Amino acid sequence: MRNIFAIIKKELKIYFNSPIAYIFLVVFLLISSMMFFMDFFLLGRAEMRYFFEWLPIIFIPFIPAVTMRLWAEEKKQGTIELLLTLPIKDIEVVIGKYAATSLFILLSLVLTFSIPLILGILGNPDWGVIFTSYFGSFLLAISLIAIGMTISIFTSNQIIAWILSTAVFFILLLIGFPFFLNYTPEFLINFFENLGFMSHYRSFIIGVIDSSDIIYYLSLISLFLLINVIKLDSRRYR
Amino acid sequence: MIEVKNLTKLYGDFIAVDNISFTVNKGEIVGFLGPNGAGKTTTMKMLTCYLSPNKGEIKLNNLDVFENSLDVRKNIGYLPENTPVYEDLNVIESLEFFAQIHHIDTEKRDKAIKRVIESCGLGEKLKNEVSELSKGYKQRLGLAQALIHNPDILILDEPTTGLDPNQIAEIRDLIKEIGKNKTIILSTHILSEVEATCDRVIIINRGKIVGQDTPEGLKLRSEAANVVYIEFEGKLREAEEILRQIEGVKNLYKVDCDLPKVHRLRIETENDLDLRKEINHALQKNEMELLEMRKEKASLEEVFRQLTSN
Ligand SMILES: Nc1ncnc2c1ncn2[C@@H]1O[C@H](COP(=O)(O)OP(=O)(O)OP(=O)(O)O)[C@@H](O)[C@H]1O
Ligand SMILES: [Mg+2]
Repeated sequence: MRNIFAIIKKELKIYFNSPIAYIFLVVFLLISSMMFFMDFFLLGRAEMRYFFEWLPIIFIPFIPAVTMRLWAEEKKQGTIELLLTLPIKDIEVVIGKYAATSLFILLSLVLTFSIPLILGILGNPDWGVIFTSYFGSFLLAISLIAIGMTISIFTSNQIIAWILSTAVFFILLLIGFPFFLNYTPEFLINFFENLGFMSHYRSFIIGVIDSSDIIYYLSLISLFLLINVIKLDSRRYR
Repeated sequence: MIEVKNLTKLYGDFIAVDNISFTVNKGEIVGFLGPNGAGKTTTMKMLTCYLSPNKGEIKLNNLDVFENSLDVRKNIGYLPENTPVYEDLNVIESLEFFAQIHHIDTEKRDKAIKRVIESCGLGEKLKNEVSELSKGYKQRLGLAQALIHNPDILILDEPTTGLDPNQIAEIRDLIKEIGKNKTIILSTHILSEVEATCDRVIIINRGKIVGQDTPEGLKLRSEAANVVYIEFEGKLREAEEILRQIEGVKNLYKVDCDLPKVHRLRIETENDLDLRKEINHALQKNEMELLEMRKEKASLEEVFRQLTSN
C-alpha cells in the first residue's frame, strides 16, 4: 500500500506541476458546461441529459490527453529503468499510476458538481438519475483510462499514444451506433453492440444500474491492467 | 558482494554479453571498462534486475537476482546510463519520492535527504524544477537518488560524465569514501578516473571479458612496459651486436635520427625486466657514449587499446 501511495503522490505531483492539469480542467469544465447550458437555456429543462450524453464524446480526446504520458514519458526519459529497479512490484506501479489518473478524472467530474447544484437551487431535478449518471460516467472514464494507459505502454511517443487512444475510443463509440450496426453482418451485431461502450452507458443516464454493465466495465479494466503487468514483465522473459 | 557466473544476454540473435563471470567483493570499487557497445550497460541492467539474462546466474549479497528480486533491489543504488530524472518534479520532491519507496521513516527521511543533498552538492537547487537543472546537476540528482537509502551495493553507469572538474573530484572522493564498506561497480570511459578510484578493473570487449586486474597489474601487460629508448654516439652495427648479447633483450629497432654519428634504438625486452643498468654498462665497456635513455611509460590507455582493438 505504501508503495502504491508513493506512486500516486508522484504521479499527481507530475500532473499538477505542469500546466497540462490546469488547462485540462479548465477546458474540460468549459466544454462540458456548454453542453449543460444547451439543455438549460435552449430546451428549458432542469436536467443534465445533454451533459451526460455528450460526456463520452468529450472523453474521447480528453482522456488520452491524461493517459498518453503515463508510460510513454517514462520510456522516453529512461526513468522507467529507475522506477522498475526500485524495490517495488510491477503491479504496484501499474495500480499506482492507474489510481492517480483515475483520481484526477474523478476530480474533474467533481468540479462539475456546480451544475447539479445550480439545478437544485433553480428547480427540482431527479437526484437519483444524476447520481447514476455520474456513477456511469466515472465507470466509463476509468475504463477508458485503463485502455489509454495500456496503449501508452507500447510507445515512447506521447503523440502516438494520444492518436492511437483517441482512435480506439472513437471506434469503441462508433460500433455501438445504429447507423453503423445497420451495415454490420447479422451475427456480429450483438457482439459489436455489447463491445461498444455506449450501450453500457445509456442505462446509467436513464437512472438504471445494471450489474451486467458494471461487469462489462470491470472486466475491461482488469483485462487492460493485466496487459500492463504482462507487458512490464515481458522484458524479463528469458 | 556481487557474483556473476556465465552471464549471457542476446538481443535477437546478437550476443551483447557473452558468457562473462566475475566477482566484486565488499569494500571493493571495480571499474568496468570497454569500448562503446561492449556490453557494460547491458550487464548493469541485468545486475539491477531490469533485464533477465538468457543464461547465467547473478547473486548480490548471496541473494539470487531472480528468486529474491525485491529483496535484492532494496540493497542496490542504481544510476542508469544518461541519468534519467523526473523532469516535472523538483529536486526535493524527487528525493522524497525515492525515500518513500525505500520506506525510510518520516523522522529519518529529512536526515537522509539532507545527507545526500550535502554529499552531492545539491544545496542551491532544492526548489528548482528538475527540467531547469544543468546536465551536471541532473547527474548529481541521479547520484543522490541512488544514495538516499544508503545501499550496500552501488551500480553506477558512467557516474561522472557531464560533471565539471571540481565536481568530478568531489564525486570521486565521495565514491572512494562510500566504497570503504560497500560494493561498487562503475563504468566509465575516463581511464584516469579508473586509476584514481578503482581497486580493480574489468575490461570487456564485444561482450567478453578480455582483462581483469588491478590498474597497476594491467599496466604491466602493456608492451610499453618493456620498451627502452636509447640515443648514443658510436658505431651502430657494433652497438647492436653488443646489445643483443644482453640477456632479456628481445628486439632492436633503429629509430631515425638527424644528428651525425648519433643513433637511436628502440629496445624491446622480455616481460618485467628492467635492463637499463645492463645496457648502460655494456655501452660504456665498449666506449660508446650514451646520450639519453628513456623507459617508455606504461599507460592504461595503451593496454586498453591493446586489449580491445580488433
Ligand atoms: N535494446 C536493444 N536491442 C538491441 N540491441 C541492443 C539493445 N541495447 C543494446 N544493444 C546492443 O548491445 C550492445 C551492447 O550495448 P551496451 O549498451 O551494453 O554497450 P555499452 O558497453 O554500455 O556501450 P557504451 O560505452 O556506448 O555505453 C551494443 O552493440 C548495442 O547496440
Ligand atoms: Mg553504456
